[in-house]
Amino acid sequence: MSTRETIDFRKQVVEEVLEIYPEKAKKNRRQHIAVKDSECSSCAVKSNTKTVPGIMTARGCAYAGAKGVVWGPVKDVVHISHGPVGCGYYSWGNRRNLADGEIGVDNFVPFLFTSDFQESDIIYGGDKKLEKIISEVVGLFPNAKGVSVLSECPVGLIGDDIESVARRTSLEHNLPVIPVRCEGFRGISQSLGHHIANDAIRDHLIGKGPAREIGPYDIGIIGDYNIGGDAWASKKILEEMGLKVVNIWTGDSTLEMLQNGHLVKLNLIHCFRSMNYIAKYMEETYGTPWIEFNFFGPTKIKESILKIAAQFDERIMEKALKVIEKYTAPMQKVIDTYRPRLEGKSVMLYVGGLRPRHIVGAYEDLGMEVIGTGYEFAHKEDYEKTIPALKEGTLIYDDVTALELEEFVKKLKPDLVGSGIKEKYVFEKMGLPFRQMHSWDYSGPYHGYEGFPIFARDMDMAINSPTWKAIKAPWK
Amino acid sequence: METCTKVTKDWLNTQEYREKNFAREKLVINPAKACQPLGALLCALGIEGSLPFVHGSQGCAAYFRSTLSRHYREPVAAVSDSMTEDSAVFGGQSNLIEGLKNANTLYSPQVISIFTSCMAEVIGDDINAYLGNAKDQEAIPKDLPVALANTPSFKGSHITGYDSMLKGLIDCLAAPRQEDKLNERLYVVPGFDTYTANLREYKRLLKVMDTPYTLLPDQSEVLDAPNLGTYELYPGGTPITEMKDALNAASFLFTQTYSTPTTRKYLASKGVPVEVISMPIGIAGTDKFIESVAKITGKDVPEEITLERGRSIDAMTDAHQYIHGKKFALFGDPDVLIGVVSFLLEMGGEPVHIVCSNSTPLFKKAMESLLGSSPYGQGATLYAGKDLWHLRSLLVTDPVDMLIGDSHGKWAARDADIPLVRIGFPITDRVNLHRYPIVGYSGVINMITMIVNTFLEEKDRTSSDTYFEMMR
Repeated sequence: MSTRETIDFRKQVVEEVLEIYPEKAKKNRRQHIAVKDSECSSCAVKSNTKTVPGIMTARGCAYAGAKGVVWGPVKDVVHISHGPVGCGYYSWGNRRNLADGEIGVDNFVPFLFTSDFQESDIIYGGDKKLEKIISEVVGLFPNAKGVSVLSECPVGLIGDDIESVARRTSLEHNLPVIPVRCEGFRGISQSLGHHIANDAIRDHLIGKGPAREIGPYDIGIIGDYNIGGDAWASKKILEEMGLKVVNIWTGDSTLEMLQNGHLVKLNLIHCFRSMNYIAKYMEETYGTPWIEFNFFGPTKIKESILKIAAQFDERIMEKALKVIEKYTAPMQKVIDTYRPRLEGKSVMLYVGGLRPRHIVGAYEDLGMEVIGTGYEFAHKEDYEKTIPALKEGTLIYDDVTALELEEFVKKLKPDLVGSGIKEKYVFEKMGLPFRQMHSWDYSGPYHGYEGFPIFARDMDMAINSPTWKAIKAPWK
Repeated sequence: METCTKVTKDWLNTQEYREKNFAREKLVINPAKACQPLGALLCALGIEGSLPFVHGSQGCAAYFRSTLSRHYREPVAAVSDSMTEDSAVFGGQSNLIEGLKNANTLYSPQVISIFTSCMAEVIGDDINAYLGNAKDQEAIPKDLPVALANTPSFKGSHITGYDSMLKGLIDCLAAPRQEDKLNERLYVVPGFDTYTANLREYKRLLKVMDTPYTLLPDQSEVLDAPNLGTYELYPGGTPITEMKDALNAASFLFTQTYSTPTTRKYLASKGVPVEVISMPIGIAGTDKFIESVAKITGKDVPEEITLERGRSIDAMTDAHQYIHGKKFALFGDPDVLIGVVSFLLEMGGEPVHIVCSNSTPLFKKAMESLLGSSPYGQGATLYAGKDLWHLRSLLVTDPVDMLIGDSHGKWAARDADIPLVRIGFPITDRVNLHRYPIVGYSGVINMITMIVNTFLEEKDRTSSDTYFEMMR
């Protein structure tokens, strides 16, 4: 098919799939789907709007964004899931944000702390209970550097005042207690939860840490949650370049790293969507500059290394070039191994904050093509950053519904689908290779030079697994 | 308190810390319980053509689906009506009506199973009235069955929600009982059971016993669906026709006690004969199941079952030496705990610490009576309403040989340097365990295999050359 024919075909697919909807839902959904064409007249998709009720969205809630994404990985803080037991239970131990530390001493990542609301708490309020809980935390975990209170739906509905409990207990215990108003009904996706979590860091932590001299090469990584060790893989490259990573937000991070986020020469922002707010705030308030970077796949890694090095002096640039040189041959070896097995294979993605665009280059390094992509909770500027990275004819879908994605996949017939746990087994039942691209399917890291060989191996393993060939019974 | 890392780490393992930990009044750390709507969703998945529908925040639906998918490694379908801040002010009626219309158009269910999450419960949404309005406004056809369950997350746990949804589904789908139109079916309710193989095992045993039956609900084809190269949204479940005829059942047999009280009460109020037994785990538990079925149907127990039982007994005597006298800690749901403890006692194993986060007074009584009935249960304590951080203190101060529970136990087991045998829900770090029954006589063999081989594997891995032997 020519590019024009591909574009026309995919536009027709969109129209066909939209026919599944009642009128009102169809009108809404049409605005969220587009095919990239040469003039790009139609590639603007609407985003960050309310999900249509009843359609099976993959989206989560503000609590998921604030606790699951931003706060949960901060390792030396006790995060209280404040409300009924469920939200904390479902977000317990399933995000793979690895942390280095003594569990129960200065690392609380593998825990679920909950106030386990009962009916009486709904009726009489949970503030007194919260106060007691915080004192119990302090008694049982003396090395915790702080406490965060992440409110679940009922807390906001019954009018509890967690801010004042936080103020009182913080003074009483001489410990930061941070209220995070991330009730699940706020906003329309995880996204507002990220924002609320950022605001809590801004209001309660930034600039409140022990003073520190800023070294000439001190940098921070913002918006890397260390899934499967991703942040450590990125850090390795940056330190080989002669830079000093003093903060990571929030993968494997500490309270002090949050307090001192502005005390660096440069902040590198990985997941723009979930942490742009605080990066912008640090720039406006403290003059801390920030740039985006992308450490997926050797092409993008090289571009990013050069872009980062250009912010520093000759010494760093020299080292940066050496790093690129050092890894060129090993990365080429990875490509030589896997590209012949993956060349020309197509991928459809549907993920969260940054991966629907950031991973495109890594697939291209392997000779693969992204033919469809979309975000669960992106905003306009995310799509603006995404469109240029895509080839003409790429299908773009925002907050795609389960049925839309199934239909798109059936019609576009990719060789691989990359999305989340809720989607994984649907496509595997169709006999389609799939990788979870939130959790790296329990593999990783995928970042940096350390991650690319693993990424390449995993994609090859998914697509070329002999298991797919066994699906059809010989007598059928 | 000295706060240096090493000192604190050691302190966590002391009796002093255990006492401080048990003095906790409000803080809950690592509880082994989820919330009601998760159970409701599991239940709703077990009815043919049923579309689970969360009335509340969409984040809840995402969490339930992910949690179940991680355990079963299967697709889990559920919609929500995505209530947001404005619903908090105006109520969730417009979301529910629009959601029903869209869900029905897109997913053509035979029944929609609505259950609530916190938001709808706290603001007091009247889902029954909303449903009536939805039908009046023709958002969905008047004759489309819609089952309702109120499942507030601040009461009970996932097993409570399972019960409420089950009652809602029967209430919605079943025609009134007519004494002259009774069917001859035995309706078997498995309860909150996350082993698809358990469900298949019940069906197999009932078939062997020549018993006309309905398993209600039945997620075995839904959450252990074959890979045939196509995705089916509704791959199985209890047939709607059998749901319709449920109140005309010859009898209902419940194989879990604590996840089903509301439904049993409801059925009894409709004049349906109801029998309840402990989850048939272990020999005595399975015997009771077989005898109950035989009693209800009036049929003799087939020889095949006697032989099958004999093979399990053979496996028990073959392996008794590896379990007898071993000390165990367990945690999980009440019904599973009763079953597994009963099995251990049959093997001469000694339960020591039993933690149940979603305990009830009735369960406590039953467990204490079970423990009291066996010489091997004398050293056991039930910790009702406690959590896995309590359990950790117990394990490090009063050691046992093995922990039995779901994947969440892996940290406590690691800290205590003992193996964890995974029985329960969720199991997210091992494959296929839900495909092996723990109920029935074959469940006995499977549990012996898991427990004994884990002990032997440990022994081999830790033996010096001198004691590394061919036979174990």
